[in-house]
Amino acid sequence: MSRLKILALLPLAVALSGCNYVVLAPAGDIAAQQRDLVIISTVLMLLIVVPVMALTVLFAWRYRQSNTAARYEPEWDHSTKLELVIWSAPLLIIICLGALTWMGTHLLDPYRTLGRIKAEQAVDQSKAPLEVDVVALDWKWLFIYPDYGIATVNDLAAPVDRPINFRITASSVMNSFYIPALAGQIYAMPGMETKLHAVVNHPGTYKGFSANYSGAGFSGMHFNFQGLDDKGFDAWIASAKSAGGSLGRAEYLQLEKPSQNEPVRRWGTIDSDLYRLILNMCVETGKMCQSEMMAIDAKGGAGHQGLNNTLPLSYDKYARRGTALGPEPTFVAGTCTPDAPQGKTTASITAPVDTAPLLGAGLKRPTFAPLKSSSFFLGQRPKSDS
Amino acid sequence: MSPDLLKLIFGRLGLESLPLHEPIVVGTFVVVALGGATLLGGLTYFRLWGYLWREWFTTVDHKRIGIMYMILGIVMLLRGFADALMMRGQQMLAFGGSEGYLNAHHYDQVFTAHGVIMIFFVAMPLVTGLMNYVVPLQIGARDVSFPFLNNFSFWMTVGGAVLVMASLFIGEFARTGWLAYPPLSNIGYSPDVGVDYYIWALQVAGVGTTLSGINLICTIVKLRCPGMTMMKMPVFTWTSLCTNILIVASFPVLTVVLALLSLDRYVGTNFFTNDFGGSPMMYVNLIWIWGHPEVYILVLPAFGIFSEVTSTFSGKRLFGYTSMVYATVVITILSYLVWLHHFFTMGSGASVNSFFGITTMIISIPTGAKMFNWLFTMYRGRIRYELPMMWTIAFMLTFVLGGMTGVLLAVPPADFVLHNSLFLIAHFHNVIIGGVVFGAFAGINYWFPKAFGFKLDVFWGKLSFWFWVVGFYLAFMPLYVLGLMGVTRRLRVFDDPSLQIWFVIAAIGAFLVFLGILSMLMQFAVSLLKREQLKDVTGDPWDARTLEWATSSPPPDYNFAFTPVVHDNDAWWDMKKRGYQRPLTGFRPIHMPSSTGTGVILAGLATAMGFGLIWYIWWLAAASFIAMLVVGIGHTFNYHRDFDIPADDVIRTEDARTKLLAGVK
Repeated sequence: MSRLKILALLPLAVALSGCNYVVLAPAGDIAAQQRDLVIISTVLMLLIVVPVMALTVLFAWRYRQSNTAARYEPEWDHSTKLELVIWSAPLLIIICLGALTWMGTHLLDPYRTLGRIKAEQAVDQSKAPLEVDVVALDWKWLFIYPDYGIATVNDLAAPVDRPINFRITASSVMNSFYIPALAGQIYAMPGMETKLHAVVNHPGTYKGFSANYSGAGFSGMHFNFQGLDDKGFDAWIASAKSAGGSLGRAEYLQLEKPSQNEPVRRWGTIDSDLYRLILNMCVETGKMCQSEMMAIDAKGGAGHQGLNNTLPLSYDKYARRGTALGPEPTFVAGTCTPDAPQGKTTASITAPVDTAPLLGAGLKRPTFAPLKSSSFFLGQRPKSDS
Repeated sequence: MSPDLLKLIFGRLGLESLPLHEPIVVGTFVVVALGGATLLGGLTYFRLWGYLWREWFTTVDHKRIGIMYMILGIVMLLRGFADALMMRGQQMLAFGGSEGYLNAHHYDQVFTAHGVIMIFFVAMPLVTGLMNYVVPLQIGARDVSFPFLNNFSFWMTVGGAVLVMASLFIGEFARTGWLAYPPLSNIGYSPDVGVDYYIWALQVAGVGTTLSGINLICTIVKLRCPGMTMMKMPVFTWTSLCTNILIVASFPVLTVVLALLSLDRYVGTNFFTNDFGGSPMMYVNLIWIWGHPEVYILVLPAFGIFSEVTSTFSGKRLFGYTSMVYATVVITILSYLVWLHHFFTMGSGASVNSFFGITTMIISIPTGAKMFNWLFTMYRGRIRYELPMMWTIAFMLTFVLGGMTGVLLAVPPADFVLHNSLFLIAHFHNVIIGGVVFGAFAGINYWFPKAFGFKLDVFWGKLSFWFWVVGFYLAFMPLYVLGLMGVTRRLRVFDDPSLQIWFVIAAIGAFLVFLGILSMLMQFAVSLLKREQLKDVTGDPWDARTLEWATSSPPPDYNFAFTPVVHDNDAWWDMKKRGYQRPLTGFRPIHMPSSTGTGVILAGLATAMGFGLIWYIWWLAAASFIAMLVVGIGHTFNYHRDFDIPADDVIRTEDARTKLLAGVK
């Protein structure tokens, strides 16, 4: 543990030099652990990189042509002992790093709930985490707080030391949701949901943005993330509430149209079903939700008649054009099933309460749910519904 | 004319497709047009067309094709590097409310084109060119297995390059990033011609690359001279073999994934769309199943070059030949098991991510072993610091850094904070410039005297070396720093003024690299002028070890008058040691392949077909496709495929060399 602390001081020294090395000096526990892994891995590799570089310079100098004092053995080309060393030294380092990787990847899986708030503070399971639904739009971020019934554009806040559960999707193209001070990034993809669990430990205002290029307005797709104390957060919620306005399906369809460098916007009330509709790509009325489609398909599909259940696409947010040689674009029409199956979103992995530091030695700590074999091959976890 | 008729003839190509509203592009066009006109005028004035057509365009000689690949790579390097300078300039200026000088429409094309050109039309031609030139000589063959195919492959690569260059002046290039991830690259979000240029340029060039891979595998497996068993092959030939196996196994994946994307774009299928069951994640997986091996396709031949250079200039056998070969083979296999590390952040489970993270780390073991092998080749050697060796030392020091940051990015939790950041950009430029580009330059300086009979000028070579190396560090170390500050890639404008200084340093670095490129061009020009002083008549200017140095520089058309017989893996070194005497009599006619223009014609038609498909000019696409079939089938009736170089010609060539060699002694 003490070693970790010393390592943690390293970036501090760097940060003091005037620039904001946010990756090395983050404000959230997840990002801090990821930072620790960055540093430990680097140190482990330096164990071999430094000698290699030193030897390169040494040999390059020592055995230069003009140094006739150095030994010259033109036929010497093999040494079993040396070969053993040069294969096993990197191997040993990779074994250490591999153990650390396996452990770190499981314990810092973005789908895993938090076991601790910070290094010596376990998570309080009696307190509910903050739920935030994130939608990447062209080119702005929509944040929905389902428990508070508010929504914002390009404005995110969370109380300090309270776990946050993000559910993330997108409206049109791929983006990546990233707040470097809080936790590592995860892709935001249309029709699919990804998850991120994180906590912010230090109050402050931090940058968040899309880390995956998404088109013309990509550069302006950033927002501020505020870590607030409980009182500050309540005030923030209250101010959003008082902003008035309501974000329903019609307002969302206006909002999702491409726009650049959007200012902060807030809505005091929201359609509570909106996130599920966005995720299932059926905010427009008359469109079949993906969850419904998948439920029908899971029961064998709608057969040949199902092929005719499409309507021409008259509206699209993005000047969508048909293909040159293909048919006109269509969408699958909603059928009049009285009660569309509710979309269950993907499950998180529940972590035990745990404050132990992240080490690879001894292995066997993560508890995790094994993946279904069908999804293993593609590593394909993001899915709207089962 | 009626709009319908215009549409039938020109598809969606119209006057408004010309980027007349972009002054930078118009300016570039004027310069290129003037330069091109001067070049074409000069060729016509000096009546060089016939010479070029007969001796170069239609040649099936692997040496000339290799040289043409190198020229293509260097010309495209100028274009790709112009894009790099524009990006550095934009990112340096766009602070504090400034929009810089590039709008999003232009900037997004610039970074896409930079990536595509540097990988497909710079690195690939340079690597393929060196393999093409050197491999047949190293294995004592007269040419590659399929000489016509070789010519065809080259011209297909040129065809792809032509399409990319055309996009600069006619229409636009993709604005999607160099791998064109859907949904962004699909018709809904990129309805213009940019992505179609991307698709067809890569499809046309990809045919060339795949065929060239088949050709070189066949050459290495079947055409080695007597005595050269697999474990006596030079290391460069080994790495070339592995690279071409990777090409043949991975490029078809690229072809298929781009074909599926074009089906989505042209006929409305739903492979990678958001709805109707499409999965963009499938594209991301497939493109990286090609993309990761591609990295090794580029770097393995560079490893081979460094092995040859280290051993030659240390005056010593390569340390650990066997483990070098096994390390290469292990890297070849492992390079297929790591593709997912390019998107740990797409939401795979922890088990999947750690599997791919750990396989990635395992690659560093054979790579590390290689590094040690070069190190111990230098150990107890007599190292001569000629230009190729200088590039090799720069490589060894630079590449370990890039390797280290690469392994760091293979730790998934670390990748979550560094993915898509400028840290990642710094990493892959660190390995590609430090590995592939330095390797190509080592190779160019090393084999240039073989190809042209005179060495490259040392002064300009050293200048180029120092500009490149210092420029590289100045350009990319700031990007590592910026990555740690959480700055992501492909941004066009910035808010935080404290970042600007780092972009300024990076831009200065890029400018130094630019001077490095200019010095290299000067190096070629000066060497050409001073060729009498720099002349090498021995054919073995470096006191080298492998077979290509056994013949004259430049080698005769037939490479070797008599096929050499090999007893040792440093075959030429072994021959020199045993007091090898060049045979002076007993020459016989040599059977050689004939030149043919079919490759140029087929590739021209393929390019026209690509152009037709890009602009929806269906008649052009259909006509050129049919013409390709006709020419292809017609070529099967060409019975003038080979000829014999008469014994008299061989005797004359070999006597001339005997006289030259006698003059030396």
